Amino acid sequence: MTKTITDVVCPFCGTLCDDLEVSVTDDGKQILDVYNACAIGAEKFLHSQAKDRITRPRFQQPDGTWKETSYEEAADYTAKMLAGATKPLMYGWSSVNCEAQSMGNEIAEICRACVDNTAAVCHGTTLIAVQDIGLPSCTLGEVKNRADTIIFWGNNPCHAHPRHMSRYSIFPRGFFTGKGHKSRKMVVVDPRITDTAKMADIHLQVTQGQDYELLNALRVAFKGEWLPDVVAGIPKEKIIETANIMKAARFGIIFFGMGVTQSLGKNHNIDEAIAVTKDLNEYTKFSIMPMRGHYNVTGSGEVLAWQFGYPYSVDLTRGFPRYNPGDTSSIDLLNRGEIDAVFVIGSDPGAHFPISAVKHIANVNSVCIDPHITPTSGISKLHVPVAFNGVETGGNAYRMDNVPIDCRKVVDPPEGMLTDEEFLKMVRDRVKKLKGVA
Amino acid sequence: MAEYIIKNGFVFDPVQGIKGDKSDVAIKDGKIVKDVSKSAKVIDAQGKTVMAGAVEIHAHIAGPKVNLGRIYRPEDKLFTCTATKGIERTGSGNSIPSTFKTGYEYAKMGYTTAMEAAMPPLFSRHVHEEIRDTPIIDEGAFPVFGNNWFVMEYLKNHEIENTAAYIAWLLRATKGYAVKVVNPGGTEAWGWGLNCLSIHDPVPYFDITPAEIVKGLIEANEYLGLPHSMHIHPNNLGNPGSYQTTLDTLQLAEGIQPKNKFGREQVMHITHMQFHSYGGENWGNFESKATEIMDYVNSHKNLTMDTGNVTLDETTTMTADGPFEHHLTGLNHLKWANCDVELETAAGIVPYIYSPDIKVCAIQWSIGLELALLAKDPMRCFITTDHPNAGPFTRYPRVFKWLMSKKARDERLTTFKNADKVIGASTLANLDREITLYELAQMTRAGPAKSLGLTSICGGLKPGMDADIAVYDFNPEKPLADPEMIETAFSKAAYVFKSGVQVVTHGDIVNIGNKRTLWVDAKVPDNPQVMRDIKEKFLKYYSITQANYESLGHHFVPNPYALEVDATQV
Repeated sequence: MTKTITDVVCPFCGTLCDDLEVSVTDDGKQILDVYNACAIGAEKFLHSQAKDRITRPRFQQPDGTWKETSYEEAADYTAKMLAGATKPLMYGWSSVNCEAQSMGNEIAEICRACVDNTAAVCHGTTLIAVQDIGLPSCTLGEVKNRADTIIFWGNNPCHAHPRHMSRYSIFPRGFFTGKGHKSRKMVVVDPRITDTAKMADIHLQVTQGQDYELLNALRVAFKGEWLPDVVAGIPKEKIIETANIMKAARFGIIFFGMGVTQSLGKNHNIDEAIAVTKDLNEYTKFSIMPMRGHYNVTGSGEVLAWQFGYPYSVDLTRGFPRYNPGDTSSIDLLNRGEIDAVFVIGSDPGAHFPISAVKHIANVNSVCIDPHITPTSGISKLHVPVAFNGVETGGNAYRMDNVPIDCRKVVDPPEGMLTDEEFLKMVRDRVKKLKGVA
Repeated sequence: MAEYIIKNGFVFDPVQGIKGDKSDVAIKDGKIVKDVSKSAKVIDAQGKTVMAGAVEIHAHIAGPKVNLGRIYRPEDKLFTCTATKGIERTGSGNSIPSTFKTGYEYAKMGYTTAMEAAMPPLFSRHVHEEIRDTPIIDEGAFPVFGNNWFVMEYLKNHEIENTAAYIAWLLRATKGYAVKVVNPGGTEAWGWGLNCLSIHDPVPYFDITPAEIVKGLIEANEYLGLPHSMHIHPNNLGNPGSYQTTLDTLQLAEGIQPKNKFGREQVMHITHMQFHSYGGENWGNFESKATEIMDYVNSHKNLTMDTGNVTLDETTTMTADGPFEHHLTGLNHLKWANCDVELETAAGIVPYIYSPDIKVCAIQWSIGLELALLAKDPMRCFITTDHPNAGPFTRYPRVFKWLMSKKARDERLTTFKNADKVIGASTLANLDREITLYELAQMTRAGPAKSLGLTSICGGLKPGMDADIAVYDFNPEKPLADPEMIETAFSKAAYVFKSGVQVVTHGDIVNIGNKRTLWVDAKVPDNPQVMRDIKEKFLKYYSITQANYESLGHHFVPNPYALEVDATQV
């Protein structure tokens, strides 16, 4: 016999689908199948069942081999490392629940660490732009119920957020959008002919690195002012046509991704995209939303903000929060060699940071909390495997539109394994003792 | 639990009618009691003022828009951070302080209960996470109903029972405290970039008017007999001439009697009245209509209100009145954030600088004070700054100073850059009234507690009530040499007790107490139609499933305190 758990939340991407069904064995120990999820989401559940999973913390030996240890010893090492460091970095947080993030922030405050999440290499530029100019946005249900004009700028949801279009943006029949995708105009801006671009009514194949120019040209076109014949590789007529479609929308939205946040121009691109949105609100209703990647990167920003006031790159070394991306952001701290201990959780800087920064991680004391073997765990002194969030433990997460959804536990973790939060609590209690905090 | 006795203070307690008599207040097991044993710890309040812990009836202190404010305003943190100190966590922010700082700052001023004024139901889990991280003070949150699709569909046909059943369901799902209404209908219209500026503007598609929404929600609220009344931010906020819309809204409550077991006497609470008391046709002839508004409020016993005092600071405005914030960014050209919430509401945020050099800001300042000074019944007019909209809550002591000292407010009034025009636009200069300590206790303790239906719990010092007590270094018998003494004394309480735990000593946090989340559990008869409608809306229109909607469990509401209401016998 099997049982089916419904309304399961998918802990993979920022789309945070919450309609999954998972069938598990009667004893609740093994996942048999996953329904409604995309291929990536289903795999996230199924690969937790791997028989060769690492289930105990392990220290890396000088010869590169690993030696198994207990969670107690792992917590001792982690606490000593963080408490003894001058400027520890606690990075990641995007694939763990808010409870664990909160516990981590407390440790960071006690140890006067720098805390940063994966926005540092992703939508951090978006946050800087929001701090410049604001953010007219909405929840994804508003898009489903009202939006008739959808713009994907510098992203490819077909592959990165596979159920985004079917759940929220293109296909669903909402309250005022009873005809589903037939009632929606879809514009894609991308230098590549992606699978998303192939679906579009209009594909603006912008010259790589010239998004700012194209956004600016749209603002000119809204006002009917003079434009050169070609801007960013797009003919003037096409720009004016797109501008008119945007102005004629009843409710429009721009979804943007790493194609604009991390290409030439960075935060300035987003400044301009938000300005486009703001301009459009003089004519109609328009919103804009970042397509956040990790399922709870948004949550990390939220928890950091309500506890410390800033959404990422928070430096607590002086005993109070400071924020100055470029100075207090992880890659810059590592490249300047200021960090003397690295704690990574729920992300993989080993795979995503520049090699200069990765080398620095390898050279200092380091702990990697991750259920998987990753490039980061490979260069860490201590690897602590933990239960999968959203599979083997619940906890709160924030969707890309900031809507919080409480994840569900569907199976038990392997015997004796701890969750992120449980392990962090052990570290926190030790750190408190080491630092003499009540 | 420890016993305390607060000795020889000047006690001000409107609940028992004590007007500054020298007496003792005894605490045992978290409650105020008649006597304690000899072993009770003695707190010497000789020459000090003793009041109940203050009750904040309307502030934006937790949730998605507050946090978006924190995220998008790093500049609000400049020179405001406090380092980790003993049991105090680090804090940051001025107009939108971090959660820890919010709890500490309220407690230091002697506030022990606060209400988050606008909770988007879909985001209730976020609101509760922040409430959990706000230490010391008891908190509740008001879910917003005025633009909710269920409510508009039921009230279009005047289905009060169904509306009530839905309210009961939503209060339980979101662990909410009261029925909040913000720009009824106007925020739904904002879904299409539109607004409802009068109470008779029909809401697009839903074909209902703000007046019908307001009246229907008052009736549903009284049908349930909730502790608090319908709590409204009316249409047409912040515009010259808005007072007429406000009067129209107030008249909707006429003839409706309160029905509840909590001792509440009003059926409508109008919040931040300052923003709704504007005359004139434009910013040039902008003027106060506080007199007209207060004449109406004073003569209608079924209303309570709070002021929304402008404090003349740089702040961050945030409201579920989405169209207003868009309007505001057009006026001051500062950064605009907005979030429309499916089926329920919206919110907007814009920073604002209330400059004493700008005539309109100075008139707004005058209006807030005028309202409080014109109030005949301090049990029905409460002091707020609509934190952070008219100013940060940390400025309460300054507002008290202006209200309690004519000298202090005249000093401010006469030194505005446009003093002549400002004085001419309101009656403030002619008002000699100075709020007494007893009236202050009514306006910040007993009054709001009664309006919220918390009379038996907080806002007073009667034996049996929770031991929420504030002691201030302020001697009412000594002549007031300098009005600044008022601000100093109320900024840093000498001692504060929360549920019998000493949380503040000489302005320092010494304990984080036993914080509770207040919510209302309303029982209604089974209503299959409403349950079916809820199911259908989640299947078709929400972007999350019904099973994932509720704020459940220890993580969100670790220490709940439910006020129970039974409407099954109606």
